[in-house]
Amino acid sequence: MELGIYSFGDVQRDTATGELGSTAQATRNLLEAIQLADQVGLDYFGIGEHHTREMPASAATVILGAAAASTSTIKLGSAVTVLSTDDPVRVYQQFATLDAVSNGRAEITAGRGSSTESFPLFGQSLNDYDELYAEKLDLLLQINENETVTWSGKFRPALNDALVVPRPERGTLPIWLATGGNPHSSVRAGLLGLPISYAIIGGQAHRFSPLADLYRRAAEQAGHGPDKIKVSVASPGFVGEDARQAKDFFWTHWHAVMEQIGRIRGFAPPPRFHYDTEASGAGALFVGHPEEIAERIVTLHKSIGHQRQFFQTDVGQMPHRDFLRSIELLGTRVKPLVDAELGRRQPVPENDEAAHA
Amino acid sequence: MHKIAILGAGRVGTALARRALSAGFEVRVATSRPAADNAFMLQIVAPGAIAASAEEAIAESDIVVLALPLSKYRNLKPELLQGKIVVDAMNYWAPTDGTLAEFDGAASSSEVVQRFLKGARLVRSFNHLGYHEIEDAARPQGHAERRAMAVAGDDPQANPVVAAFVDRLGFDPVLSGGLASSRLFAGGTPVFGAAMTRSEMEDHLGLSSENLA
Repeated sequence: MELGIYSFGDVQRDTATGELGSTAQATRNLLEAIQLADQVGLDYFGIGEHHTREMPASAATVILGAAAASTSTIKLGSAVTVLSTDDPVRVYQQFATLDAVSNGRAEITAGRGSSTESFPLFGQSLNDYDELYAEKLDLLLQINENETVTWSGKFRPALNDALVVPRPERGTLPIWLATGGNPHSSVRAGLLGLPISYAIIGGQAHRFSPLADLYRRAAEQAGHGPDKIKVSVASPGFVGEDARQAKDFFWTHWHAVMEQIGRIRGFAPPPRFHYDTEASGAGALFVGHPEEIAERIVTLHKSIGHQRQFFQTDVGQMPHRDFLRSIELLGTRVKPLVDAELGRRQPVPENDEAAHA
Repeated sequence: MHKIAILGAGRVGTALARRALSAGFEVRVATSRPAADNAFMLQIVAPGAIAASAEEAIAESDIVVLALPLSKYRNLKPELLQGKIVVDAMNYWAPTDGTLAEFDGAASSSEVVQRFLKGARLVRSFNHLGYHEIEDAARPQGHAERRAMAVAGDDPQANPVVAAFVDRLGFDPVLSGGLASSRLFAGGTPVFGAAMTRSEMEDHLGLSSENLA
């Protein structure tokens, strides 16, 4: 099981003055977080494209490029790239460049994105939401398979035998499809033979188990081998030495961000008892002390069978030191426990003997 | 009243299908895709639900639930829904779905939908809770944690039918009045996304409990 972190580049608030920090400082802090994640042995760091004052991580590959030069083993990706409002050629060039400078550690996670600031910013209409995504994903996948591309569509000029470089040395880039649980997205990823990333950000996490099953069955039906089929889970999460303190602390920041989103989308922020339910047992919020988090990851693995789980920790203007401390505990305390239970990265056994060894 | 059609098989549609199946209903699900495409998906995520065409699902069912994105409501065929009891579980969310001129400034999205679906007996409900709560929050009658679900419609015969459906699915129905009153539990209201008991919701909807059974 791979463990990791994802972030939207949350801006910190000064706890003494209440003042919101700068977006530039938040960007430097994010780079430091990636470096620490690598040092403590985490497997993955993803940056989720956002374009707001509180969450300014709009240019993931620039930060990941800086991280590539100052980390050694951690995989670097987007979580997610809002493909609908970007140019697939440019996205590919940037991540292939990241792949080159990181010696093969770059990944793309494509999604529609649940926040939609990028639509007006880049002159796209939300009314084309589905069509934009389908068309751009098609082009991105073609570029991944072919160095030269001939393609035409509705939202972007046609390409005629166009060369897209640099190329990844391992042949192709991992391109994950992100979904929040629409069944058709699981079918789509399975039929395409792409790894899938489930955003499980509320409710009971194991309700995604039938979707993972659907994904695997669709892949099997389309004849894709098990090597192509991977599942990851992205959830809010925070690790602290003390369970009670961790839950109280994360509550204030999680509640703050739910209030922010709720104001925009018109829903009431969830009350504390609701949070407490989801931050325990089979809930989607992985908040607590290291043993508890490790146990909950292992339990979820029994129903979803995922190969990677990663957490959004820096939400609601959390102080940077608390974000760093949680990363450290995830790497040094949670990961060894999960590895002991599930093994590192779950290599596919070469034969039955190896499976029983 | 035991046959349900669900139009839409996204997160809301499939959660409603599972909940209705476990409450003992016969469930048909239809989308803009061919029924055969949905059959594969439904046998895994909502085992027991019947994949059907919209025509067949509607014709076979006592209650039709609209669980498609509101931006797609014009794909519905009004002639198929004539005289049918139709539950509108959709919401207008401009920040995520884009601006739709006819809903901007409208008192309630359901009234706009009703104007399009002339002759359908439209009732708004199931729109104000998160899709995962349709299953997670359902509780049997009399349970201390049972949550309330608002119901609003202009057809006096359709409202109690939908209220009974809500009740069988595990929620306390609270009738707020005609379709226009559904603005009281749309996005941006205190009811939207909140967990409330029957009496809390009655307070928020400005209903005095003496008027209700």
